Amino acid sequence: MSAAERLRRRFEAASEKSLKLVGATGQLGYGVPEPAFSAALERRPDMIGADMGSTDIGPTFLGSGQMATSPEQTKADLAKLLLGARKIDCPLILGSAGSAGAGPHLDATLAMLREIAADAGLSFRMAVIRSDIGPEAVAGAIAEGRVSSMGVMPELTAEDAFEAANLVGQAGTEAFVRALETGPDVIVAGRACDTGIYASIPEWLGFETAAATHMAKIVECASLCCVPGGRDPIMATLDHAGFVLESMNPERAATPMSVAAHSLYEQADPHRIIEPAGAVLVDSATYTAVDERRTRVEGARWQAADKPTIKLEGAAHVGERAVLLAGAADPRFIARAKTVLAEVQDVVRKLMCAEGETPDYDLFFRTYGLDAVFPWPEPPETPPREIFILGECIAPTAARALAVVKTTKQYLLHHGFPGRLSTSGNIAFPFTPPELSAGPAYRFNIYHLMQVDDLAEYFPIEVEAVGG
Amino acid sequence: MRLMDLARVARSKNAGPLNLTFDIMFETEADYERGVRAEALQPANVASLYGVSPNQVVFTPYPAALALKITLPRPRPAGAPGDRDVYGAQQHVPLLELEL
Repeated sequence: MSAAERLRRRFEAASEKSLKLVGATGQLGYGVPEPAFSAALERRPDMIGADMGSTDIGPTFLGSGQMATSPEQTKADLAKLLLGARKIDCPLILGSAGSAGAGPHLDATLAMLREIAADAGLSFRMAVIRSDIGPEAVAGAIAEGRVSSMGVMPELTAEDAFEAANLVGQAGTEAFVRALETGPDVIVAGRACDTGIYASIPEWLGFETAAATHMAKIVECASLCCVPGGRDPIMATLDHAGFVLESMNPERAATPMSVAAHSLYEQADPHRIIEPAGAVLVDSATYTAVDERRTRVEGARWQAADKPTIKLEGAAHVGERAVLLAGAADPRFIARAKTVLAEVQDVVRKLMCAEGETPDYDLFFRTYGLDAVFPWPEPPETPPREIFILGECIAPTAARALAVVKTTKQYLLHHGFPGRLSTSGNIAFPFTPPELSAGPAYRFNIYHLMQVDDLAEYFPIEVEAVGG
Repeated sequence: MRLMDLARVARSKNAGPLNLTFDIMFETEADYERGVRAEALQPANVASLYGVSPNQVVFTPYPAALALKITLPRPRPAGAPGDRDVYGAQQHVPLLELEL
């Protein structure tokens, strides 16, 4: 019998209907802290979950199909979770596989899990949720007026859908529940709402959607909702009316204030958690201390959507990136740096492009110490002692991008300006070469909502006997 | 008093790749009330600091955590060519010197 089936039978036979859910990590691949994870296993949870991805990491990983985390650490974390879950025979649920959850990320994650299983002599049943959305489906939805823009994105076109190197939809609780129906030990989803990882077993077993989803939104960040916040695993104990949160690190406390404050984290609206099938309204929630380290949460409400929506994410290739790293300490150069950089940009353009031709590249400078992180309207009152200059070129080919930053380096080093004292060089290189190829560059070209009749048809499930 | 001297937490982060969200949390109810009422944190002023229009700034008091949230659009999507702060974690700094 699989872990999911066993859980269901045990739950149906139990007189007290509660579930213990463990959020092992909010971002798998950076290490799962001990001894908190072992402490979680000792509590014999009903499931272990982990989120692997986000859009925070930027568009490059979605576009390129690469993971943001190192393969070695990702595999080590997967092994820890898989071996732990199999040892206590509870379902393991992983969402947004491989950082961005497109086909290549999911396949790389599955390959790691198969290798771990082979090395450890494990066999288990794995349900896989795919999240890639075909551009044809999106183009069709655009034609039918079912796709809407979020915020500052322009209206989506069919060209955008076909231009995306990878295009995914966020699978919701619905997809995980279908996966549970297949009787798995392990569920691995491509791009998914982080809530689906934790709200799906409660939904499957008949718990209230509101409390389960509110719980899921907190648990998916591990112990971030605690004081002091951290990455240790957390456990939620869910019952018919609410849930209790407890960090698996005894030094972290989930207090009413810290848990309430977590609703703010990376959310545009702290009062609503938007899901494919509706929204959880948490403005009515109450947070009550159980003791110094545990808080009970109740009172969220569920508002079903008229029509389900899928959040679409796509990344398009914009070129190849090369960077230039340089510092400066000369006060005359620093005082004039912005002007010099603009002049060098002009010099480089004249050297690299035919007269009257629009450059086939973008060249950006960020001057750390002056205005690289924020576009301050005024220069600082006191000039900085040193500045760092990051040159960035995005061009059609890697060779072209490198050529542009190499020429930039040379002309920035020797650019003359009134009052210049350091006539042998304007900038300091931390090492050579100071010009580096940084690989392909992408942009999010799709971040839109697609209304659908039936979520299920977009997130197919495959079942695999691993090591069997 | 400056925001950085009054607030317990002042932070920024992406809320999805299109929005920046700012959380300002206070130690006491009195400080929170002062923050919520401060002219400097109202959408018109925040909009001018970030180069957006006031109707794009969403100001949400969140008394459960003695906090207020401000959300506004990013100048460009996270990680697009020319972005300065892919995670948006350092965009709160112009708020720190505001007088509340």
